[in-house]
Amino acid sequence: MDVILFTIFNGVLYGMLLFMLSSGLTLIFGMMGVLNFAHASFFMLGAYFAYQISEFVGFYPALIIAPLVIAFLGALVEKYGLRRVHKFGHVAELLFTFGLFYIIEEIVQMIWGKVPVGYHVPLSMDFSLFTLMGMSYPAYQMFVLTVSVAIFVGLFTVLTKTRAGLIIKAALTHPEIVSSLGHNVPKVFMMVFGLGCALAGLAGVLAGNTLGTEPAMALMLGPIVFVVIVVGGLGSLKGALVASLLIGLMQTFAISLDYSLNDLIEFIGFSLDAESLWRILVDLTIATLAPVLPYLLLVVMLIARPRGLFGTRDV
Amino acid sequence: MYENMLSYLKSFSSWIILAAIAALLPLMFDSYFALTLLSKMGVLVMFTVAYNMLLGQGGMLSFGHAIYFGFAGYVSVHVLNGIGSEILPYFPIVLFPIIGAIVGASLGCIIGYLSTRRAGTAFAMISLGFCEMATAFTLIFVVFFNGEDGIQTDRVVGPEPIGVSFGPQIEVYYLILFWTLLTVVLMYLITKTPFGRMSNAVRDNPERAAFIGYNVRHVRWIAFTLSAMFAGAAGSLHAINYEHIGFESVSIVQSGQVLFMAFIGGVGHFLGPVIGAIGLTYLDSVLLDITEAWLFYLGVTFSVIVAFAPGGLAGLIVMHGPIARTNKSLLLGLIKPYLTAIGSTLLGVIGTIGIIEMLYFRSLISRGEGEVVIFWYEFNANGFLSWLVFSFLIIAGIYLCRKTYPKARESWDHAISVVKSEISS
Repeated sequence: MDVILFTIFNGVLYGMLLFMLSSGLTLIFGMMGVLNFAHASFFMLGAYFAYQISEFVGFYPALIIAPLVIAFLGALVEKYGLRRVHKFGHVAELLFTFGLFYIIEEIVQMIWGKVPVGYHVPLSMDFSLFTLMGMSYPAYQMFVLTVSVAIFVGLFTVLTKTRAGLIIKAALTHPEIVSSLGHNVPKVFMMVFGLGCALAGLAGVLAGNTLGTEPAMALMLGPIVFVVIVVGGLGSLKGALVASLLIGLMQTFAISLDYSLNDLIEFIGFSLDAESLWRILVDLTIATLAPVLPYLLLVVMLIARPRGLFGTRDV
Repeated sequence: MYENMLSYLKSFSSWIILAAIAALLPLMFDSYFALTLLSKMGVLVMFTVAYNMLLGQGGMLSFGHAIYFGFAGYVSVHVLNGIGSEILPYFPIVLFPIIGAIVGASLGCIIGYLSTRRAGTAFAMISLGFCEMATAFTLIFVVFFNGEDGIQTDRVVGPEPIGVSFGPQIEVYYLILFWTLLTVVLMYLITKTPFGRMSNAVRDNPERAAFIGYNVRHVRWIAFTLSAMFAGAAGSLHAINYEHIGFESVSIVQSGQVLFMAFIGGVGHFLGPVIGAIGLTYLDSVLLDITEAWLFYLGVTFSVIVAFAPGGLAGLIVMHGPIARTNKSLLLGLIKPYLTAIGSTLLGVIGTIGIIEMLYFRSLISRGEGEVVIFWYEFNANGFLSWLVFSFLIIAGIYLCRKTYPKARESWDHAISVVKSEISS
């Protein structure tokens, strides 16, 4: 029981992190049709900026400043890069961000080197908040969870209750009409792009110190974010949340499950020849299969329900 | 009959000349380094042209094409090892790409069925998912893939018909050359078939293609399978060439490399990927030792091509085709504005390279010294003067580019309008 609770906590934590990453991407994708390959690179930049800023002024100012800087960078990328490529179509935009992915990774290596930097959990939160059934819950992770839930609630309220959210949602589906009503749609796009990048950056600030801040972190999370978007349904915020939590829980549970198909077979009462090739297959534990699971989910989703959980159109 | 033959030969003459040059190259460059480089180029030309069947001809951007390349390589290595330890019957090395092609085609058939419902960004995203899954599989199933180490093999197995053992690199080069020429010509011919045209139609306007009665998904699926088949054949040769295969040849790194090659070369023209593969392979092997920032330059070049010249290098060349055909003197008139534009670009590029190299140099503290060699000349990475010089070069480059590019553009526009009026009159 205690292990299950702890795993759920970690799964939700990881899921909310994925949500912060993918919510921005799904908004950008739903709105502009731009699949930002470099989205996870902004996540990485967030972590590095937070490291650098917290070296000077501490963690809490970094928590605010780093996402703002990222938002500004994202807006610049949209205005001077993507908008120029836009006339060549969505695939060209994707290719452009693919190039950007390489550039950012190299710049990060250029400035901070190839080895992980020492970005640590702030001392003021480096203690165990409470102990529940023998498992201690770190204060910092509770803080991360609180912030990410607050972000979700805030994002949802802004999108559904405010005028700005109304315009964004309208621009998602009917950009021409919104534009003819007098709204500056390119500017809305730019701001949404900046906002999405800032969310990714914030995720980087919050997770960089627990996951490790290194040049490979963008490539590590980038593809999983794509899985979240496809599974949740392209352009759906609710879908992104559910898919993030699903994948977060799935990943963390899978890692803690040290069972294999062979255990099941032996449990039923059969046994396989230790030398046979089948033995190799059934001996794989769920824990070793954990990295494949999100992509397996992607394939299953594509076959069974190509529009994703909450999507409105097929992939 | 004879006339027919002659015109047929003539249409293939450029191919034959290219083949002859490629066949004679080892006579000029016979060092081991040159031979491995040429072999690598051959394999990657084949792979990139196969990739372009998907991206350029079919309009499907894949981030996972290395799956077929890499898996075919793994199977080939296992077959080679099987023959070596006499578990499997002998199979001629010359025909190994057929094994790779079968592996590639079967995988492509399955994955293509799942991912070709839509083209565009959704397709790209799914291909990335498959690529990550394949990479994870190679690391998990240690028995077959041997984890991060990959598998070694020895290509000298079995009998040696007519004294060819494929031990020496030069024999492997001719093997690769033979298959590359064969497959590239085959892929060229495929673009000329009704299917190739249909593939283009589905790329340009899927609704219209569907409206006149074609099953769009079906066309994409066939293109995907064919492309995977040729990629598999290339993967087989890759494994024979290196006598080793590792998980990185399945991963996004390999897929990204082939995408860079195809796009920088130019996806719109059949020979674009060939240019890209040869050029980038050469730069890759030469610059990797000289600069740490090679991937950065590659990324920047790629993004600039995407933003400013989506036709790639081949597109830039083809742009001048009509001018060269109708009025050669106009082409000469273009040289001067082009040279000034290229010159000012070079200024900016040199400045940027200088700054980047010094930045990289400073991040690698282990080297200690303050002297960094840029363009065969030593600069003090900590000195104020070197930063000033390179910054000045960048600013001057940008300033001159803003002057010269509109001029170059203008003279091209002028030339093309003259050509147009000459054609219509």
